Amino acid sequence: MSIFCKVPQAAPVAVFKLTQDFTKDQFPTKVNLGVGAYRTDEGQTWVLPVVKRAEKIIVSDDRLNHEYLPILGLPEFRSSVSRIALGDDSPAIQENRVGAVQCLGGTGALRIGAEFLRCFYNGNNNTKTPIYVSAPTWENHGAVFTSAGFQDIRPYKYWDAQTRGLDFVGFLSDLESCPERSIFVLHACAHNPTGTDPTQDQWKQIAQVMMRRKLFVFFDFAYQGFASGNLENDAWALRYFVSRGFELFCAQSFSKNFGLYNERVGNLTIVSRDTDNLKRVLSQMEMIVRTTWSNPPSQGARVVALTLTSPELFSEWKDNVKTMADRILLMRSQLKAKLQALGTPGTWDHITEQIGMFSFTGLNPKQVEYLVKEKHIYLMSSGRINMCGLTTKNIDYVAESIHEAVTVVQ
Amino acid sequence: MSRPGSRLYKKGVNQNEDPGAHMFTGTTHTAATASPETRLLFTLEKDAQDRKVHLTGKEYYSEEGKTFELHLTGKIKQQLSADPTLRPEYLSSLGLTKFTQRATEVALGKRSQAILENRVLGVHTPGFTAAMRLGAELLRHWYDVNAAWCGPVYLSSPCDDSLAGIFQAAGIQDIREYYYWDDKQRDICLDKLLEDLETAPEQSVVVLAASAHCPTGADLSQNQWAVITQLILRRRLFPFLMLPAQALCYGDLERDAWPVQLCASNGIELLCAQSFSHCFGLYGEAVGHLLCVLKHNSLLLSVQSQADKIVKSLWSQPSVGGARVVATVLSNPAHLVEWQGEVKHIVERCMLIREVLRERLRLLGTPGCWDHLTQQRGLYCCMGLNGQQVEFLSKWRHVYLLPSGCLNVSAINGRNLSYVAESIHLALTTSL
Repeated sequence: MSIFCKVPQAAPVAVFKLTQDFTKDQFPTKVNLGVGAYRTDEGQTWVLPVVKRAEKIIVSDDRLNHEYLPILGLPEFRSSVSRIALGDDSPAIQENRVGAVQCLGGTGALRIGAEFLRCFYNGNNNTKTPIYVSAPTWENHGAVFTSAGFQDIRPYKYWDAQTRGLDFVGFLSDLESCPERSIFVLHACAHNPTGTDPTQDQWKQIAQVMMRRKLFVFFDFAYQGFASGNLENDAWALRYFVSRGFELFCAQSFSKNFGLYNERVGNLTIVSRDTDNLKRVLSQMEMIVRTTWSNPPSQGARVVALTLTSPELFSEWKDNVKTMADRILLMRSQLKAKLQALGTPGTWDHITEQIGMFSFTGLNPKQVEYLVKEKHIYLMSSGRINMCGLTTKNIDYVAESIHEAVTVVQ
Repeated sequence: MSRPGSRLYKKGVNQNEDPGAHMFTGTTHTAATASPETRLLFTLEKDAQDRKVHLTGKEYYSEEGKTFELHLTGKIKQQLSADPTLRPEYLSSLGLTKFTQRATEVALGKRSQAILENRVLGVHTPGFTAAMRLGAELLRHWYDVNAAWCGPVYLSSPCDDSLAGIFQAAGIQDIREYYYWDDKQRDICLDKLLEDLETAPEQSVVVLAASAHCPTGADLSQNQWAVITQLILRRRLFPFLMLPAQALCYGDLERDAWPVQLCASNGIELLCAQSFSHCFGLYGEAVGHLLCVLKHNSLLLSVQSQADKIVKSLWSQPSVGGARVVATVLSNPAHLVEWQGEVKHIVERCMLIREVLRERLRLLGTPGCWDHLTQQRGLYCCMGLNGQQVEFLSKWRHVYLLPSGCLNVSAINGRNLSYVAESIHLALTTSL
């Protein structure tokens, strides 16, 4: 008898099923708006030119040390990515109270942070501390914290379907009414899946409440540079919180902004009250990493570190990132313009007000089903589309199809 | 040496006095208690002595005292970096298919019944530790769902000091030891090993090194494996096999995996964690693999879907670079021949060092029998030194061994051999 004979099949993850269905579809003008990676206007994946250059340099480097990386990761990577997030002039960095752990992508960074918090935050092993994630949020957030041992994952109000914008009042009220010391997962920019971010004023208010109610700030920062095309703008919320004196975690991912999806380049930036606390935190982080993957992979980290620390490559990288961000901005403005030109019922301002890779179109599940089945346009039932799936060649078809879906299906 | 069969490992979480204070840094938790190995490395780093010799590293060192990648690996990396068909996209959470296929084949053999019957799950993981962790999580969540299984897991005495922590991190607290290395015999003591496993509760998981046992370098013989597999069947134990340095004992991937094939051919369900870091010089490039051999292929999809779920909450997907190199080499007969040549060189050098060290100790008249040095193979060997003697070596001779008295033979070379041999001799003859 197998010891695994009672193992049930886990439910398939929606977004991968979507891609599978798309792949099987034979329709000639099918469109995949559920993709997770950047696509060029030709619908192709894109190796950033700067990444190609950096990789060439690395692969030809004879002096490269072929050893396991330290448990906490490549030192040049850790310092340069924390720096890019917090800013060169960050007082926290100057005061030596910023640490970093190189991780396997953004997911790895979230997991290591979650494990640490489960062990040491709010007492020891306090698995009952509530974890608040936005409603909606990236589908994996809950799973990561649950697997780390937390028992109480709750939503905080975020998306307002009526206004197709941020439910700021609801958000604040959840911040006011939650148990003290709850942990909040905040999207630093380019909220996934809604593309809707708080304004600077709103962030200020959020910070005020969180400080007063002793809530823990855990930023998910997967789109620096990719959202507005500007690294500093995208880091504004994170830097603001640091300037207000918060101790916080920030899970960074370089999958999108470096196109290094399959090299798993992530980082957990830790901002602590002082150096001494930071040292102790890092020592515990090391123990956690030691039993998870022990030593992180070096390839992607070397590319990022080299790029961020060489002025020429850094400049080229910023250009590459802007290229991607600009294309997305173009698709947003074109989609909105076309929908308006078609006289599609409803307002479509949110398409250009939202930011980053994703847009919550506001289409309901029935309309989404229509698009998938009748028009062979694949998107999540939440109405989320990936702007990268749009190209100048398919945007007319998509706009017309949305128009049809909205007028035919209620 | 701690008493085998006993529950030894307590979770290393610090007991904090003040749970209600500001954030985590307001609490007064202390720094993590460093493992003996970590403390050792710290001392090593601070040692400014020119003559210091560190024999504790995890990688294979060349004669020049450096880690390196195989010439072939470098070539393949260049090729891959110029390959326009390699796209920057997310992999599936189970990793690069070409890699898992090859990794599965070199563990079980191409013509393995289990592979033919489609009842093998292969998961590409970011390294060996990650493979162990994934296996531990799978067991924790899915080992006999009805029985709410939660251990025990048996580890060899001694073993790599991170193993217990990995199972504990996965939520399995009941970690025990089975007798393995005997200092007096300077070898595995099979009788005591069998005794311990005989008394293990049914459904215990037993972690066994298929080859290249860390840290002793002492591996079970084929005869010993035959006896152990019978015990496993009879006592309904679950083997979790380890191949952390596959190919480094005989220069042959499949030969090192022989015990895995033996278990599989006996119809035993098993997990096996593999790493290709050593034999490709791909340190820190995350080329790990978890193999799961199931009894029935009807279970494959469910177990796969659960492994997928666990991976998604740990690291989402593995990193691809190193795996591409391994897959490329293992899929190409010409590359394989070239690879074989380079690995042979590594293996032969390790054997040579063992011979020379043994001979040197004999000439010095160092007490004890040193035959085991050449009877065993691979990167590590156990010198049978006790804690005091190991400390003597580091303190007075600046020669660093692992706390268990084991060392990495590749770190010994023409420049330090005499000094190392003399030092060992002194440690064993100086009255402490």
